[in-house]
Amino acid sequence: MFEIPDDRKYLESHEWTTTEGDAVKIGISDFAQDELGDVVFVELPAEGDELAAGEEFGVVESIKAVSDLYAPISGTVTAVNEELFDAPELLNDDPYGDGWMLEVEPADASEFDDLLSPEEYREQTE
Amino acid sequence: MGLRKPPLYDVHADAGATFTEFGGWDMPVEYDSIKAEHVAVRESVGIFDVSHMSELEVSGPDATALMQRLTTNDVTALEPGDSQYSAIVNDEGVIIDDTVVYRLPDRDERVYLFIPNAGHDEEMYDRWTSFRDDWDLDATVEDVTEDWAMFAVQGPDALDSATDAAPDAALGDLSKFQATFADVAGVECWVARTGYTGEDGFEVLCPWDDAETVWSALDATPCGLGSRDTLRLEMGYLLSGQDFDPETEPRTPYEAGIGFVVKLDTEFVGRDALEQQSEAGVDETFVGFALLDRGVPRHGYDIADADGEVIGVVTSGTMSPTLSEPIGLGYVPVEYADDETEISVLVRGREKRAVIVTPPFIN
Repeated sequence: MFEIPDDRKYLESHEWTTTEGDAVKIGISDFAQDELGDVVFVELPAEGDELAAGEEFGVVESIKAVSDLYAPISGTVTAVNEELFDAPELLNDDPYGDGWMLEVEPADASEFDDLLSPEEYREQTE
Repeated sequence: MGLRKPPLYDVHADAGATFTEFGGWDMPVEYDSIKAEHVAVRESVGIFDVSHMSELEVSGPDATALMQRLTTNDVTALEPGDSQYSAIVNDEGVIIDDTVVYRLPDRDERVYLFIPNAGHDEEMYDRWTSFRDDWDLDATVEDVTEDWAMFAVQGPDALDSATDAAPDAALGDLSKFQATFADVAGVECWVARTGYTGEDGFEVLCPWDDAETVWSALDATPCGLGSRDTLRLEMGYLLSGQDFDPETEPRTPYEAGIGFVVKLDTEFVGRDALEQQSEAGVDETFVGFALLDRGVPRHGYDIADADGEVIGVVTSGTMSPTLSEPIGLGYVPVEYADDETEISVLVRGREKRAVIVTPPFIN
């Protein structure tokens, strides 16, 4: 069974976002890291860059696969988890904690309504 | 058409393997972690199911003549129980496939078993039988791919694992590329001191129906094709269909860095073209490189010179699990092939700095 915390929302392409506060965190799900296998490289936008909901914002690579990352919501990047550049395995070890990717200031709070709830996302992965 | 399955498909699935298509076969790509499997082979011992490899047996009075004329190495150098790495090339000297040729113990005459890559069995059967008929040779060619399962037991502890499974066979006496019939858990197997990882180890061919008995007797970490690829890449070993391919990456043995398997003093298809190239020299050659910037080189990415001019192509690449550094293989003009030459690799359109490193990448 894959871990799917209740305190966030999900995209069909396996990214998650938290929903509380001025800045929300974005990452990839436990299911996604397991599908990828050993993550070896992450490419992320820089602080100040703009994300557009549903658009590519970066790339994650495992030994066997290259996978695009899609933004769950629109907004401005306020922080980047630079630890991932030296320790991409954090995405395998702790995808919802130390493996977070970006902190974003949401542009439009109504976009959270378009995302999958934990229950909906669980159904998709089963 | 459905994919071909190794005899232990269900055993691998029960062990949690994920599968990938390779050469028309549905094979385990990883059990738990490519990295952990890679480390097991470098530090202790791993076992790979490589039953997707092709096997053809050639026997009869003209078996030696047929093998000699269709492979670039010199099969007459083989004693019973010896094997050699070799190339199968076309008229232009372009590699169709690479292979290991074993000389089995003589029956009435010499018998050869050779191992082309996955999915090449029909093609090689057709090639061998049509040339045999054109040349009017007396030889029997059999495609025995689905008579034999094949396992590779690789790593510094491979001899221990193999000896535990075959205590009567004195496998430690085999030198590299030697092979023998041996009793493994009551099953007669062909056991060769060969491999594709750079570590000591054995490749074990056993009857298809006895695969589970032999697999279970060999105590080692199950490994999939994912770590097989990263292990061979660290050594700079060629992958058929990727580092050379008669359609998409036509290369001669000299370009691909395996000129040592070409014996021009023997007579074989493609010899004249290769003799010409041997005298004229090659324009492009197979190299290794290490990326200095962050990124992962992948098959098909362009290689550029220090000014950004595209000069070649990446044929294989990965993040080396041993070095934790991105490494790759590919072809560049010979003037860029010296160690430490600065090049770049275009990763999604961005130049990543790299330097030429002659493989192996590890000691």
